[in-house]
Amino acid sequence: MSTHSEKAAAFIKDEARTNWHDGALWHVREKRDAAASLLPEWELLRNTASHIKDNVLANLDDYLIQFEAEAKKNGVVVHWAKDGKEHNQIVGQILQRSNAKKVVKSKSMLTEECKLNDFLEENDIEIIDTDLGERIIQMRKEEPSHVVLPAIHIKKEEVGELFHKELGTEEGNSDPTYLTKAARTHLRQRFFEADAAITGVNFGIAETGGVVVCTNEGNADMGCHSAAVQIHSMGIEKLLPKAEHLGVFTRLLARSATGQPTTIYTSHFQKPQKGKEMHIVIVDNGRSEQLGKEDFRNSLKCIRCGACMNTCPIYRRSGGHSYHATIPGPIGAILSPNRDLKKYSDLPFASTLCGSCSDVCPVKIDIHEQLYKWRQEIYKHHELPKSKSIPLRITGKIFENPSIFNSVGKIARSSLKHLPRFMVYNNLNGWGKQRELPEVPEYSFKEWYKKQKDE
Amino acid sequence: MRVGLFIPCYIDQFFPEVGIATLQLLEKQGCEVVFPEKQTCCGQPMANTGMEQEGKKIYADLAELFSDCKYIVGPSPSCVNHIREHYDIIEQTEAIRHLRKNAYDLVEFLVDVLKIDHLDASFPYKVGLHRSCHGLRGMHLSKPSELMCDIPLKWEKVLGLVEGVELAKLNRSDECCGFGGTFAVAEEAVSVKMGKDRLADHLANGVEVLTSGDMSCLMHLQGIAGRQKSGPRIVHLANILNGDKL
Ligand code: SF4
Repeated sequence: MSTHSEKAAAFIKDEARTNWHDGALWHVREKRDAAASLLPEWELLRNTASHIKDNVLANLDDYLIQFEAEAKKNGVVVHWAKDGKEHNQIVGQILQRSNAKKVVKSKSMLTEECKLNDFLEENDIEIIDTDLGERIIQMRKEEPSHVVLPAIHIKKEEVGELFHKELGTEEGNSDPTYLTKAARTHLRQRFFEADAAITGVNFGIAETGGVVVCTNEGNADMGCHSAAVQIHSMGIEKLLPKAEHLGVFTRLLARSATGQPTTIYTSHFQKPQKGKEMHIVIVDNGRSEQLGKEDFRNSLKCIRCGACMNTCPIYRRSGGHSYHATIPGPIGAILSPNRDLKKYSDLPFASTLCGSCSDVCPVKIDIHEQLYKWRQEIYKHHELPKSKSIPLRITGKIFENPSIFNSVGKIARSSLKHLPRFMVYNNLNGWGKQRELPEVPEYSFKEWYKKQKDE
Repeated sequence: MRVGLFIPCYIDQFFPEVGIATLQLLEKQGCEVVFPEKQTCCGQPMANTGMEQEGKKIYADLAELFSDCKYIVGPSPSCVNHIREHYDIIEQTEAIRHLRKNAYDLVEFLVDVLKIDHLDASFPYKVGLHRSCHGLRGMHLSKPSELMCDIPLKWEKVLGLVEGVELAKLNRSDECCGFGGTFAVAEEAVSVKMGKDRLADHLANGVEVLTSGDMSCLMHLQGIAGRQKSGPRIVHLANILNGDKL
């Protein structure tokens, strides 16, 4: 498996495409700025949201129990899954019992995380992603590259080609309105035929036992209203104590995600419709372990708005797939090592620690500080490549000793000055591939200082 | 006022002129500047690579060297920020606490402690300011574009005291240049692409001289501009504030 830096280098090879990807996401970031700047209380909202989530994480057990009790009172069937596998089995059993063969799904990163689609397909159940971006990805047999804009890495011309092949649209037509219409016609049919609908959950309300799903296309509503069985997959961290807290988050979510004042649909699901079934599957999948790690607990506040991805100058230029994880970008780079430190030990280094992610995050997750802390953990667990640790250990030793530092500096400067160019600029020197080294001065600052002091 | 001059390792070795300007500037402001010659580095290169444990001796030594200075001032928000934020992993001795509390970036010191409102310098160029991340988001020397609150613009303020400076408006006012310490080598492709994009923004906005409080960012940008054989002149803020000529 190649690392983030290798995948990023491959992505950047096509510089025009990189520029386009960067520009598209920067445009979203600018829309977010414009929307946020219209609310004088923006920073207060972020603070409030962060505090509400602090409370939730500190009392998660109580809120989960309350949520379950309220949901049951409403006639909802509540399930608990310790990991992705159990989640899939539970969903599979619900579908089996109700004899469901065709399922529609509205966007959920959690089901991606659990690899639900693969599981259902293996069990001969047809599952169709109904959100346009997700559907495109599903047709291409790819994973989403962004949590809110899953197909942001794909150009409209490529969608035109894909739809021509899969849905029989006109060859060469990549007009977004035309393509959207074609997708809608194709999906409408799937909604009519669906036996069951699955959605993710943006917020679960402990006080009411209801769940809230925020979408722009309304597919969660379409699916849940037409199918006989509705299933909502929810991570344990999605809870809010009371309905009155919701407004803080819906105001932040849409603005942070796309710059919209609110998502087009903010759908509340509280009880099954007459004669139908409603299930909520509450999933842990590593979250309670994360909750136990004080330095990294805060990452569970994430509301998956994607703002940290849009603002991240590395994400914009390396693409979501370079993170080789379900959740890409800065937040993914702190969530993934919790799941598998070895596999994802490259991700905390895919950052300059510029801090833009932390400043943009609507729930004030200290993302870049957690990246820094993960790096320390990775070294402690011997997952730092020797190519990094050895040179830096030597550097550290040099810094510990001022006279060695001075002489090594002098030698380095003089060799840089006198060595032939090919010895300085070669494959061993990652700096010099596309950059010049600084020009070597006659003297170091210390030498200058000493000299003028002596004079 | 006894001020300890802190000169980061790479400035010492490669950019002595930045150290000289810093020293002269502080002296012109009436500070009694001492330079402990045994200093080497703040330890950031190791720490950012995950090896902060290996830097503990460096942290302690640095603190000792400056324990008798009222303020410790260096021309590098990145290193100063590291001292403030990340020197929490060793025993908080008197010296360490003193250093963390009294370490200032040059510009921050000029604005917050010396409260300067005048500089004897002129620099008649269109200047592009690279708002380096650690100074911007770590120390709030200017307002990050993500935040929706008022933060005093310290970099802009000192540049405004220099006669003739025309500050350029950029398309992306505060995006990272892609240096990031060992990131620059470990993630070479992204790093260089980010740097190229920063340079292009400055060039598109008619910048003649690109400046920053952080020499490390400038070293990276200068390296790319040098290879491309195009780009604005690159000068550290200390040199502009000190009245150095191009
Ligand atoms: S970490 Fe913050 S900015 Fe990133 S997706 Fe989560 S809530 Fe949004």
